[in-house]
Amino acid sequence: MKPTRRQLLIGGTVVGGGMLLGYATLGSSRPERAQALAAGDGEHFTTTWLKIDPDNKVTVYVPHSEMGQGVHTSMPMMAAEEMEADWDLVEMVQAPADDVWANGPLGRGYILGQTPIPSALTGVVDASFFKIAEMMVGQITGGSTSVRFTGQYGMRVAGAAAKEMLIRAAADKWNVPESELTARLSHVHHDASGKSATFGELAAAAAEYSPPGQPTLKDRKDFTIIGTSRQRFDIPAKVDGTAQYGVDVQRPDLKIAAIRQAPVFGGSVKSFDGSAALAQRGVTAVVSTDDGVAVVADNYWRAKQALELVEVEFEDGGNGSVSTESIFATFHDNLENGDAEEDVEIGDAVAAMADGGNVVEARYEVPFLAHTCMEPMNCTVEITGDKADVWVGTQDGLSTRNVIAEVAGLAPENVTVNTLMLGGGFGRRGPSASNHVHQATKIAMQVGGPVKLVWSREEDVQHDYYRPAVAAHMSATLDDAGQPTAWVNRYIRKDEPAEASHIPYAVANQSIRYVESPVHVPYGAWRSVAHTQHSFFNESFVDELADAAGKDPFDFRMSLIEDKPRHKAVLAKAGEEAGWGTPLPAGHARGVALQQSFDTIVAQVVEVSIDETGSPKVHKVTCAVDCGPVVTPDGARAQIESGVIYGLTAALYGEITIEDGAVVQENFPDYEAVRLAETPEIDVHFLHSDAPFGGLGEPGTPCIAPAIANALFTLTGQRVRSLPLQNHDFKAGPRLASAAD
Amino acid sequence: MTISLTINGKRQELDVEPDMPLLWVLRDELGMTGTKFGCGVSACGACTVHVNGEAMRTCALPIEAVADAEITTIEGLGGDGPDLTKLQQAWIDHQVPQCGYCQSGMLMAVSSLLSENPNPSDDQIDAAITNICRCGTYPRIRAAIRSLATV
Repeated sequence: MKPTRRQLLIGGTVVGGGMLLGYATLGSSRPERAQALAAGDGEHFTTTWLKIDPDNKVTVYVPHSEMGQGVHTSMPMMAAEEMEADWDLVEMVQAPADDVWANGPLGRGYILGQTPIPSALTGVVDASFFKIAEMMVGQITGGSTSVRFTGQYGMRVAGAAAKEMLIRAAADKWNVPESELTARLSHVHHDASGKSATFGELAAAAAEYSPPGQPTLKDRKDFTIIGTSRQRFDIPAKVDGTAQYGVDVQRPDLKIAAIRQAPVFGGSVKSFDGSAALAQRGVTAVVSTDDGVAVVADNYWRAKQALELVEVEFEDGGNGSVSTESIFATFHDNLENGDAEEDVEIGDAVAAMADGGNVVEARYEVPFLAHTCMEPMNCTVEITGDKADVWVGTQDGLSTRNVIAEVAGLAPENVTVNTLMLGGGFGRRGPSASNHVHQATKIAMQVGGPVKLVWSREEDVQHDYYRPAVAAHMSATLDDAGQPTAWVNRYIRKDEPAEASHIPYAVANQSIRYVESPVHVPYGAWRSVAHTQHSFFNESFVDELADAAGKDPFDFRMSLIEDKPRHKAVLAKAGEEAGWGTPLPAGHARGVALQQSFDTIVAQVVEVSIDETGSPKVHKVTCAVDCGPVVTPDGARAQIESGVIYGLTAALYGEITIEDGAVVQENFPDYEAVRLAETPEIDVHFLHSDAPFGGLGEPGTPCIAPAIANALFTLTGQRVRSLPLQNHDFKAGPRLASAAD
Repeated sequence: MTISLTINGKRQELDVEPDMPLLWVLRDELGMTGTKFGCGVSACGACTVHVNGEAMRTCALPIEAVADAEITTIEGLGGDGPDLTKLQQAWIDHQVPQCGYCQSGMLMAVSSLLSENPNPSDDQIDAAITNICRCGTYPRIRAAIRSLATV
C-alpha cells in the first residue's frame, strides 16, 4: 500500500529508531513543521535534519551549538557518511530554537544512564522515556552528547534513511530493483544501464516515501568521511573577525546595558538612586532586575561608567556571613555526622575495614571554580507587543526560549531565539545557568527597543554557576599482599553523571556514599561536571594506596583492571607512549591517572618538575583515548588538548573563595588562566576501538589534576589533597632518593 | 570633543569622550565588532589591535592617547583585498580556533611579533604572546607560528 501523506509524515519523524512510534503516538509531526519553517520552493526534508535542494546541495540542520568543539562539522560528516553525499556539496545550518529540533537522543542517553544504547533497544519505544524526553524539550549542547547520541543515533540513521529513500525513488523511476542501485557522491547509479541521477533530482519523489524505521548503517570499515580530518566550517570566519558571537549583535537603535548584581548570592536590590547616572551622556534608563541594577545607554562604556554613579543598597538574603571556611567546616561536619545516602555498596566494606590490615585514610577538598568563557555573558532582547526576538550564544536555544517566555509572560512560540556563536561554553551557557538571560529580558520589558546586556568580567567571575566546592573522606584497607580489600568514600553532594564517583578498580568491598550539604553558592555544570572532583579524589587516593602497598602506581592500577580490557588497553597505551619507567632528567617525575567519562576512557601520564619559585611545571602530557571510532581525528585531538589545558588551569590556579557571602576574585589577574608559556607538550593517541562513539568535549579534563598531583608526590613526597596547586609550597623541591627512580 | 584617527586606512572624525577606551569606540561607535571585549583590564588580550604597527590592548586605552594614530584591526589585517594573509591561512591550515573569540586578538599579537621578529624562538613566542585562550588552542598557535618562520 502506498503510504498516505499523513503516514509519511509520521514516519518521517524517524531520525533514530524508536522515535517513530513515540512521536506518532504524541501526534506530533516534526518534518511537516520543519518543512513549513525552513524549506524553500522545491526543497524537501527527507527527515528532520536533512534537506536536499534540487541543485543537489545537502543541508544538515544541526541541533547543537558551536562553541569550538567542531559540532557544526562533525554532525554533517556523520549524516553525509551514511547518505553517501559528496562532502563538497554539504552545508550546515544551525537548527532554529524550535522543538522540531529538540534532541531526544540526549534525553534517551540520560534516562538510560548515559550508557551506550544497545542496538536491541533502538527501536523499542519506552513510554516513560518519551514522557521525560518530551518534558525535557531541550536542545542541549552538553554532556559530550553530540557525537555520542545525536550523531550516532540521529545523524547516521537520518543519513542512512535518506539514502534508502533516494534509492527507492530511483528504482521506481527507472523500474529496476533497488538491489541494482548504489549511491555514491550525491548520485544514485544504475551501473548495469549506466543511468544516474543526482540526489537533488530524486529528492521530491524520495520525500513521498515513509522513511525506513531501521535503515542499514554502513560498516565502519567502509567509512570514507568519518575518520577523516575535514576543515571545520566555522573556522574561516574566526580568522578575519566576521564570526558573529552573541556580544556582536547589531540592531537599529540598539541600546546597551551594564549591570551591577547583588554581591551576595540570593541577595536583591533594596533601593537605588539612578539620577546621577541618568544625567550622563548617552544614558537612557536605570532599571532594577531585582537581583541587580542596570544602566542602559548607547555605548557599553558609557553604561558602565554611569553604573558607578548609581547609589544602590543590596539585601544579602541572609547569606552575608558565609565564607569558604564556614562552608568546608559544614562539609566535614556533615561527612562525619550526617546521614549518608547510598551510591555504591558492594560486599561489606565497613566490616572489611574493621578487620584491620593496612588502613589508609585521607581527606580531600576541591574549591569552587568559575568558567570564565572568553566572551562575557550577554543577551540581546527586543520585545514588541506579545513577541520577543532574542540573540544569544547559548548551549540550549530551546530552553532559553522557554526561560524568556516565562520571564516575559509570553507564549514560547512567540519568542524567536537566534543562536549565535558561543565565545566559550564549558557548561556556563547551559539552560539552567541563565541569570544573564533573565536579566536581559527584565531590562527589555522596562525599556523600548532592542537592548543588549553585557556583563563585565568582574560580574562574570562573581556571578557564575560554579563547579561545586566539595570534600570527600576516603579510607581503604590493604591485605598483606598490598591489594585493596575495602574502599570507602564519603563525599559531599551527588552530582551528574551518576557514575562519576565510581571506580573501575577491582575492590571486593566498596562503600561509596554521599551527604547533601546545600550552600548558597549557585552550582552548575563545569566541563566534565562531577568527574572533575571525583577523578581528583579517586585517582589521587588510589595512588596513595599504591604507595602504601609499596607498588608502582602504574602497575598497581593495571593489577586492578584485569577484567576491564578497554581500561587496560588505554592505560597500557599511555604508559607505553610516555615511556613509563624509563629514565627522566634529574628533578623530573611522572604521574598517571585513568578516568572513564561520557563513554570515553582516558589515561594521562604527565611529566613535572618544580621551578625556582617552588611552583610545579608541567612539561608533557601523554594522553591515550578510547572513544570508539574517531569522527574527525584532528578535531578530536583538538578537544583533548583543550580539555587538558582547561583542567590544567583549574589544577594550577583555579579557586573561587567566598567571604561575607560573596566571591572574592574579580578578573583574570586574580583568577588566572594558563597561557602559552605554561602550555605543556600534549601528545594524544587514540585507540580506535570497536566501542560505540564516545564523547570528547569533556573527557580530556578529569585526569590532569590527579596526574599532576601524583607526579608531584613521586617528585617531592608531598601528597596534594586539595586544589589548586598554587596553594601548596613545593620549595623543598625533589626528594633526592626517590625522584631519580 | 572631536578626535581623529585612521582605522584600517580610513580617516575617522569622532565626537566621543577623550577617555573612552579605543575598544568601545571600535565596537559601539563604529560597529566594528571583530575586536573583542574580554576583561576590561588589559589582562587577556582579546582586544588587541595595531597602533602604528604595534600590538596594543585597547579595553583600557583612552582614545585620546591614540589620537592621530594609524589603527589596524582584525578587519584590516589582510588589507583591502579578499585574500587572507599568510598568518590567517596558517590559522586555517592548523585549524587553530575553537570557540574563536580570542583569535582576533591572538592574530593581531602574533602578526606584530612576526613583523618585528620573523623567526622567533619558543622563548620569544612565550614572552610575546600572553593572550588568554580558554579553549586552550596554544599548541596549535605555536605550531602555526613555527610554520611561518622564515628560517
